[in-house]
Amino acid sequence: MNNRGYYDRFGGAFIPEILVATFDELVTSFTEAKNDPGFWQSYQDILASYSCRPTPLTYAENLTRYCGGARVYIKREDLNHTGAHKVNNVMGQGLLVKRMGKTRVIAETGAGQHGVATATMAAKFGFTCTIYMGEVDVQRQRPNVFWMERLGAEVIPVRDGTRILKDAINEAFRDWVRNMDTTHYVLGTACGPHPFPEMVSYFQSIIGKEARDQILKIEGKLPRRVYACVGGGSNALGIFSGFMDDAVELVGVEAGGKGLETGRHASRLCSTDGSVGVAQGYKTYFLQDDDGQMKETHSVAAGLDYVGVSPILAHLKETGRVRFESATDREVIDALSLTIQKEGLIPALESAHAFVQALKEAPALSPTDAIIINQSGRGDKDIFTVADAFKDPKWQEFIKKKAEEYHA
Amino acid sequence: MLESYIKTRRKEKRILLMTHIVLGYPTFEDSAALIDTMVNAGVDLMELQIPFSEPIADGPVILHANQKSLATGTRIKECMSFARTIARSFDIPFLFMSYYNILFTYGLDQFAAKMADYGLKGAIVPDLPPEEGKDYLIAMNKYRLAPIYIFSPTTPENRMTYLHSVAKGFIYCVARKGVTGEETTFSNELRDYLERCRRATDLPLAVGFGVKNKADIDFLIDKADIAVIGSETIRILDEEGVDAVGDFIKGLR
Repeated sequence: MNNRGYYDRFGGAFIPEILVATFDELVTSFTEAKNDPGFWQSYQDILASYSCRPTPLTYAENLTRYCGGARVYIKREDLNHTGAHKVNNVMGQGLLVKRMGKTRVIAETGAGQHGVATATMAAKFGFTCTIYMGEVDVQRQRPNVFWMERLGAEVIPVRDGTRILKDAINEAFRDWVRNMDTTHYVLGTACGPHPFPEMVSYFQSIIGKEARDQILKIEGKLPRRVYACVGGGSNALGIFSGFMDDAVELVGVEAGGKGLETGRHASRLCSTDGSVGVAQGYKTYFLQDDDGQMKETHSVAAGLDYVGVSPILAHLKETGRVRFESATDREVIDALSLTIQKEGLIPALESAHAFVQALKEAPALSPTDAIIINQSGRGDKDIFTVADAFKDPKWQEFIKKKAEEYHA
Repeated sequence: MLESYIKTRRKEKRILLMTHIVLGYPTFEDSAALIDTMVNAGVDLMELQIPFSEPIADGPVILHANQKSLATGTRIKECMSFARTIARSFDIPFLFMSYYNILFTYGLDQFAAKMADYGLKGAIVPDLPPEEGKDYLIAMNKYRLAPIYIFSPTTPENRMTYLHSVAKGFIYCVARKGVTGEETTFSNELRDYLERCRRATDLPLAVGFGVKNKADIDFLIDKADIAVIGSETIRILDEEGVDAVGDFIKGLR
């Protein structure tokens, strides 16, 4: 491997020797696919016929009026099959798995979206599928676990470490070093060793390509700002990539959890708690202690509850190309509520982070400005988590009754 | 020099034994007792693992030992001062094993300087391929320490040659795919692989991953220089205690 995927001082491929040959194969296969003029077309075709692409860009008239500033547009990744942008990456990697002739896929999942998307792709392409999911996430995302299992995937709860996303990634790597002859690891975000950050961003760039065309068609000009939530960074890099060379301000919103001052958050880039380290095969900003041990993170949104961040975003932070902000759990619930009521849209808790910052800033912008929020996923399928977040009494009553039925 | 120590020692023994412990697991007192027992049972060299929160190359036994050690509050500083005491108390070479973030966070030059000062002989860093380890290699070479590199059954010949060119001390041959602490088949396939390793380097060969009894070690005689017992001693420690580890090691050769 000659190009090791560095974005200035971030990225790289810190992999155990046993995986070197597997990564060489993956890099070769990905490079060949990228250079194959038919590949992107087949990728677009499958997403068009299977996942409603291009997803619409929705003008949020009521939120615009409510904010009294910039015209607010929403990129509707929630309308993808399986309910989030995750399917873009997964279908792309699925096509690569076919090219490599492998028959089994494994994946990590936090919120469960990536797991459901991978299990769906595996069902469609006829691969066997194992999903690693932290035990904590298994408990808070039961509906997604249910669907993964219905789709034929084996879901393995990870009981080590902090029992969330990062631990699921470790366990997926442990599976991969045993089974790489037959198995591809469908990493779900733009993190991990090269070529994953580049590859995942490449597949997700379809969001930005579409959004740029769409806003130009509707508004006749580029947006002033683009907002996206940042967990690992795949939906953010997906939409940002379309505007990277334009005079458009790009804003990434991290999980502020209980508040940056409490230490209970997952803000690697916009808090002062992150520092540069190497884990899970790549170099980036991590939330770690003075010894380099990874810390526990917190967010109401399982998909943002991650200790590292894409090396590409770490680089874009240092160059100043992307501005990073954070939204607290409390603000997220309020923004979600507002968006549901004003627009009839239900963003995922993850995506609602982007709404928080956009709705804070929109009033100060001019009505001639447009902004785009990436609604990376839909929230209605996370009904258990969202209902908990709203502390909805009628829902709780329903669940109690349902439990009684099962006891009977 | 680690390599010459191994080669000299090999003249007296048909195969050497290297063991692996996780520092501070279950406590530093236990680590000390374990080292004492292992050295007295005839172990020729030892890996001292500095625990890390994300040990991706380790299987469940060593993974849990890492986590439990960290849960009791193990810090790098303690690992360092403990290693210093140990290296001065016993007459065998000690190596550090850890993941790159530990060294990177500590500072590569400082880490290597401390190792040399404290009398450690080398290090194994399984998530640091040489392509990513230029600064590490500079530091290790500066303080005349051995950077140990790993061959795996999937490593092609040209890469073995490349790894040999940067490695010192010995080559750690991973016996199979997977992580530490799982079953290995000691077969003709393994023999052929070790012959490939032998052709690629004149450094001593250590074989680890799944080595767990006398039969495994007998198989490795004349095919390798060092047998590495990792997870198995931790398993025995967990189940039967320190004394049982001593008996186990004495029974291996």
